Amino acid sequence: MPDQTIISHRTLPLGEARVGFRGRIVALDMHSADGAGLPGPELERRLIELGFVEGATVELLHQGLFGGDPIAVRVAGTTIALRRREAMAVSVAPMKTPS
Amino acid sequence: MNGDISVAPLPRAEQAPESTAAAAIVALVGNPNCGKTALFNALTGSRQKVANYPGVTVEKKTGQFTTPAGRAIKVVDLPGTYSLRARSPDEEITRDAVLGRLATEAVPDLIVCVADASNLRLALRLVLELKHVGRPLLLSLNMMDIARKRGIEIDIDRLSAALGIPVVSSVAVRRGGTDGLLAELDRALDRRLQAGVSDWHAPNASELRSGQREADRLLRLAVRSEGRLDPGTAKADALLLHPVAGLVILLAILFVMFQAVFAWARPLMDAISDGFTWFGALVGEAPLPEILRSFLKDGVIAGVGSVIVFLPQITILFFFILLLEDLGYMARAAFLMDKIMGGAGLHGRAFIPLLSSFACAIPGIMATRVIDDRRDRLTTILVAPLMTCSARIPVYTLIISAFIPDRQVWGVVGLQGLVMFGLYAVGIVGALVVSFIAKRLFWRTNAGEPFMLELPDYKIPQLKSLLLGVWARALAFLKRAGTTILSMMILIWVLASFPQPPDGATGPAINYSLAAMIGNAIAPLTHPLGFNWQINVALVPGMAAREVAVGALGTIYSIDGGESAADKIGQVLSGQWSLATALAFLAWYIFAPQCASTLAVIRRETGSWKWMAVTFFYMLALAYAAAFAVFQVASALGAG
Repeated sequence: MPDQTIISHRTLPLGEARVGFRGRIVALDMHSADGAGLPGPELERRLIELGFVEGATVELLHQGLFGGDPIAVRVAGTTIALRRREAMAVSVAPMKTPS
Repeated sequence: MNGDISVAPLPRAEQAPESTAAAAIVALVGNPNCGKTALFNALTGSRQKVANYPGVTVEKKTGQFTTPAGRAIKVVDLPGTYSLRARSPDEEITRDAVLGRLATEAVPDLIVCVADASNLRLALRLVLELKHVGRPLLLSLNMMDIARKRGIEIDIDRLSAALGIPVVSSVAVRRGGTDGLLAELDRALDRRLQAGVSDWHAPNASELRSGQREADRLLRLAVRSEGRLDPGTAKADALLLHPVAGLVILLAILFVMFQAVFAWARPLMDAISDGFTWFGALVGEAPLPEILRSFLKDGVIAGVGSVIVFLPQITILFFFILLLEDLGYMARAAFLMDKIMGGAGLHGRAFIPLLSSFACAIPGIMATRVIDDRRDRLTTILVAPLMTCSARIPVYTLIISAFIPDRQVWGVVGLQGLVMFGLYAVGIVGALVVSFIAKRLFWRTNAGEPFMLELPDYKIPQLKSLLLGVWARALAFLKRAGTTILSMMILIWVLASFPQPPDGATGPAINYSLAAMIGNAIAPLTHPLGFNWQINVALVPGMAAREVAVGALGTIYSIDGGESAADKIGQVLSGQWSLATALAFLAWYIFAPQCASTLAVIRRETGSWKWMAVTFFYMLALAYAAAFAVFQVASALGAG
């Protein structure tokens, strides 16, 4: 079992994370995703339906060729593909990487 | 086991045997990729059919089977969803079917929520939402074998007690893997559970959040798992989702697919086409009145043949699409192509339908079903006919070989090949531009439908399930396209055959027909394109299928058929048409909606005449503009 303690309280939007990033969701903040293709409340509901809730672990697995977009994220046992501009709404805190 | 579902008091117990008469209706609901379709196939076998829900483009899959206790069950495979809060037409169907709001569908007696046992988290939230609907509900944990192999232990009794509904495990792909589910179906239906009161409403963010929290709590309670990525999937994705290697592999897969649809189908298509020609010739010699013979041979048999000839392509294409879908690769292809397609306002998933359209727009348009969002799907359907399909090739080949000199440019490239390539390129660019404009013109309100989808673990596809899927779609195509296309073919035959030539007429019969009248009537319109009346006349039967225009030109210029008929037409045309007219004709063919079958399929797939009309008129306008520009420019440059 990898260590799942948060090593930093400095949060960042998932949309800015790099491949290999591991962390935990601390908040969903629709104001950070102004460029998203959906109004905030709808985007929030869709993110939750795909498992993005506070406390869930995330790991950025893959990204596309052009502009590193879209990204594939492991969210608590499920792999979800989304674009970075929508992932901006997911605020994450980095976790210790497994040894 | 049945927490908040009350057992019905059997109000009409004396009529109990009725259960054998009316089949119980069971609805399968679940997340996308949960193995719902495999379970559906395992339950129904070949006793299933694919149709459309009335008025919408959503695929409706129903089937029948009998439980071990002898109960007849009608099962409906509802579109996959993460929530009843419908966001697409597919999900609306699922919501309305579950809530019993569909006027044309009976209310389900039992809802079976299907979940991937190795990926329960999102499914459990859906189960909690389904409980609010108040209908008899049962949870089937599918793919139990995979879950066990990956070290996931599920305490089924505990989960059932915590959820307050029956929970069974199933392995859809193994013989006997659905026994537990079947037994539970009998038990659940025997209890004659009555629907409770539905207090379902579309959940807001905080309700969804607390639902997911509750699901996570249940998961901790009943499931022991490392929650780790499937090692096989991780390894495969390291390569298949690699930014560069992944794209190269995708292109290789698409190349094989394109090759298969294009080349492998060819011998079968030729055989079908030869068969119908032979049959038509046979009927052509039957001792029948001339007009009846012509109707049977040129109208009915040629019409039916022109539909069935697409069957090999459609079968092969759907085989590949379902194979990639079952493997779990389709979502990856969309991931890899999203950025590239997105630039033109298309969804990542539009790539495969558009590629298929190079063979033929008909399977391509049918393949747009892989696109969930209605608007993205309509945009793709609109531009699919702009991809250069194989029916344009005979026309292009004829004109190019007649008018374009066979010489080399830049020492290495043949000029004829270059023109052919140019025609393909213009079609592709045209499609990208049209989709870009359509996205801004029609769907301004929803310009950036987000790309969010689950990348499921790779799974080994089951041949039986795959073949059942292909079979159901091939049947649906024949039924769907057969009626509409056939009626259009008959209409075109009428236009090209009536009125009959007067006695003692010397020219070909088509010159006296309605088609010729139309050709002559529109001559002033096509004059600026450099089209003569012969071209206009050929365009009418060319509506049946583009390549028919070649034969029609032959008829109009009274050329005898035979081995080298196409060469002869070419010689005659190069003597009769100017280069500008020939180029304008090619430009016309890139864009023109010259295919009744495609229009018919668009009508069927979109469920509306409106989108068929939109396609027809925008393509007509583009074709006119392109032919006009080409003719005027070429004439100005001295090619007139």
